[in-house]
Amino acid sequence: MSDQKTEHVDTPTLLEGDPDTTGHSWDGIQEFNNPLPRWWLWTLYACIVWAVIYTILYPAWPLINGATPGLLGFSTRANVAEDIQRFENMNADIRTRITEVELAAITPDGNPDLYNYAIQGGAATFATFCSQCHGSGAAGVQASGYPNLLDDDWLWGGTIDDIHYTISHGIRNEDDLDARYSQMTAFEGILSDEEIASVVQYVRNISGQEADAVLAAAGETVYLDNCAACHLDDGTGDRFMGAPNLTDAIWLYGGSEAAIEYTVRNARFGIMPPWSAEASSAGRLSEAEVRSVAVYVHSLGGGE
Amino acid sequence: MLDYVKLLILGLVAVCAAIAANYARDAAYLVHALLIMSAAAITFFYVLRRTGEPQVPAPATEYMDGPVRAAAIATAFWGVVGFLAGTFIAFQLAFPVLNFQWADGYLNFGRLRPLHTSAVIFAFGGNALLAASFYIVQRTSAARMWGGGLAWFVFWGYQLFILMAATGYLLGSTQGQEYAEPEWLTDLWLTIVWVAFLALYVGTLLKRKEPHIYVANWFLLSFIVTVAMLHVVNNLQIPVSIFGSRSVTVMSGVQNAMTQWWYGHNAVGFFLTAGFLGMMYYFIPKQAERPVYSYKLSIIHFWALIFLYIWAGPHHLHYTALPDWASTLGMVFSIVLWMPSWGGMINGLMTLSGAWDKLRTDPVLRMMVTSVAFYGMSTFEGPMMSIRAVNSLSHYTDWTIGHVHSGALGWNGMITFGMLYYLFPKLWSKQRLYSLRAVSWHYWLATIGIVLYAASMWVTGIMEGLMWREVDAQGFLVNSFADTVAAKFPMYVVRGLGGVLYLTGALIMAWNLYMTVRKGVVRRDAPIATPAE
Repeated sequence: MSDQKTEHVDTPTLLEGDPDTTGHSWDGIQEFNNPLPRWWLWTLYACIVWAVIYTILYPAWPLINGATPGLLGFSTRANVAEDIQRFENMNADIRTRITEVELAAITPDGNPDLYNYAIQGGAATFATFCSQCHGSGAAGVQASGYPNLLDDDWLWGGTIDDIHYTISHGIRNEDDLDARYSQMTAFEGILSDEEIASVVQYVRNISGQEADAVLAAAGETVYLDNCAACHLDDGTGDRFMGAPNLTDAIWLYGGSEAAIEYTVRNARFGIMPPWSAEASSAGRLSEAEVRSVAVYVHSLGGGE
Repeated sequence: MLDYVKLLILGLVAVCAAIAANYARDAAYLVHALLIMSAAAITFFYVLRRTGEPQVPAPATEYMDGPVRAAAIATAFWGVVGFLAGTFIAFQLAFPVLNFQWADGYLNFGRLRPLHTSAVIFAFGGNALLAASFYIVQRTSAARMWGGGLAWFVFWGYQLFILMAATGYLLGSTQGQEYAEPEWLTDLWLTIVWVAFLALYVGTLLKRKEPHIYVANWFLLSFIVTVAMLHVVNNLQIPVSIFGSRSVTVMSGVQNAMTQWWYGHNAVGFFLTAGFLGMMYYFIPKQAERPVYSYKLSIIHFWALIFLYIWAGPHHLHYTALPDWASTLGMVFSIVLWMPSWGGMINGLMTLSGAWDKLRTDPVLRMMVTSVAFYGMSTFEGPMMSIRAVNSLSHYTDWTIGHVHSGALGWNGMITFGMLYYLFPKLWSKQRLYSLRAVSWHYWLATIGIVLYAASMWVTGIMEGLMWREVDAQGFLVNSFADTVAAKFPMYVVRGLGGVLYLTGALIMAWNLYMTVRKGVVRRDAPIATPAE
């Protein structure tokens, strides 16, 4: 594997009828003395001419106090502002009216134009701000604490005014003093392991799932002593407290034995941010947008 | 005497690195300090064993091909690593479950993505450029490389840079600037290596025996000089602590963004274009055994290219906080850049006039020609995408990813494969490659892989751009971001399959090159002894 000598190499590579070369050869490589291809040169010139014209028409050359503005007065910022303004003007009337009427009056029959606007705008707002947690189809993420908004099982109420309040102020957040608030007790250390095991079976039983009958029976007392205050004696939950209904097959954090036991021991603390800019400095939506989303969510199937 | 100075410096570096490792404030810095310590210690013992031994002077009439061989092997190795990482992260995008929970914080997409880009651009592409530079500058200057063992320092120093960058990414050390992710310590080390590279290159040119400097060397020199400038300016950072990897950038806001894309675009322009054009200007005439088509075209397109490229960066920042005037200039210079870019394509393709028949029998030449065709396609697509109106659709979409990859896989990858197929038999004195059939397999796998990749990204990029901008009659957005992600899934799978094909081709190449070295028939021709004219 010896290295090659630093000799000048000259391999003849020319053919009959070839144009002239420049006369040099590097390691056997020669160069033809061909002119620049005409089409190439003229396209280059055309590009340069176009470039000059374009920089005259559009903002381009930086000077000492700002750049040349261009003859067309083009500005990307002004363009987008104009676009936004056009839609703002078009919708201004509807946006005012939608904040003035009763929410319940925004129906397909009562106010078709408002309803249409709210559904379209609510869907767009939902897709941008709500879908991260509730899913782009609003089905939530089952057993992960993101409620399904398509069914008629509501934690804090499913009337349009309830929904509007929840969206405006959020749940258990620290940004809005009016946020919906409640806190489940973590029963780890309060209840014994046996008591927890039995109440888990009781909850499995009342939700119609397979359960250990003996433990479930023992769990009833534990339930009535500790859980019924919020989830009510029959387990159907209390919307005033945001306490979920335990008797149906719909679970916010899962209905398996392990999931229920985790909930009993550690409790859950789901948070939703406040969205109304009027209700909280953390809010990002105008009243018209909050109302639109409320109408949209109410229309998804579970609205009361 | 020189050996004792070297020993002293290496010993000091090792001790300082050990101290720094002791005080390290974060994992990435700790690993970097240990890497530097190990590298210095190994070199220390290497120098120590040679100190006082009788030195055999290097034969001044022989080319120094050891570093070329090392860089050629490193090119193939890092190529496979980089393609593997790319294929894996392509599937991570299609199937997020591949962001394994157990490796969270190390092997998730965010950590592996810069590992992939740096592995293919700087490790694969960089080693290819080292091999090409070392080989071409010696052959076209008819001179041995300047600087004694300096080429070995550049080679091993560059590998250390790659290791520092890669370990840094996995451990979360990044300054968050695309293609310039490594933090200050790694940046400083690369600066030292790069200055040595420049000295070595210019030194060799200065002692050339040919009267003129060949065109490939203009491109390679412009690549080395400009990358040095870009690297230094875009990495003006102040370390938070000398014992930590974090640093704070000197420029902020839109100035920082503009500097970053001035850097980013010219990393494409000078690393991936000028450098690889240098490669093209040597290996295509060699493989085709024909003279370069036009000297005039090469000189005009060289100067036009390097003058224009440096201004085109702002087209990465259309419709951002960047002022309109800067965005206009970036676009205008990009359009004017179209023909100068195509000058290289014309010179490459037309060099085959009189030798087109060789494409039927020579898959290596076919590879090189295909790479030039992809170069032409992506240097048309680039200026087109820089037009503001087109960019308003394409920006932030996968179209950009498709554009980059048709250039990177098609142009940079294919010309490098061609170079490796040319170099390996030459460097190991073999008559020919072990298997031309394997080259053909590689060619078709790579080409189909690129087509799948680029086509799927065009489709998904345009689809996603249209979905993002879709508004209804009342001005509301129709789709959520998650809708566009869901819609892209099939194309992500196709893209991943393209990557699998490309990777398979590279594995076949690695095997073929290995077999060429192990089993190739030895060439015993005497050196050609034509005197210099």
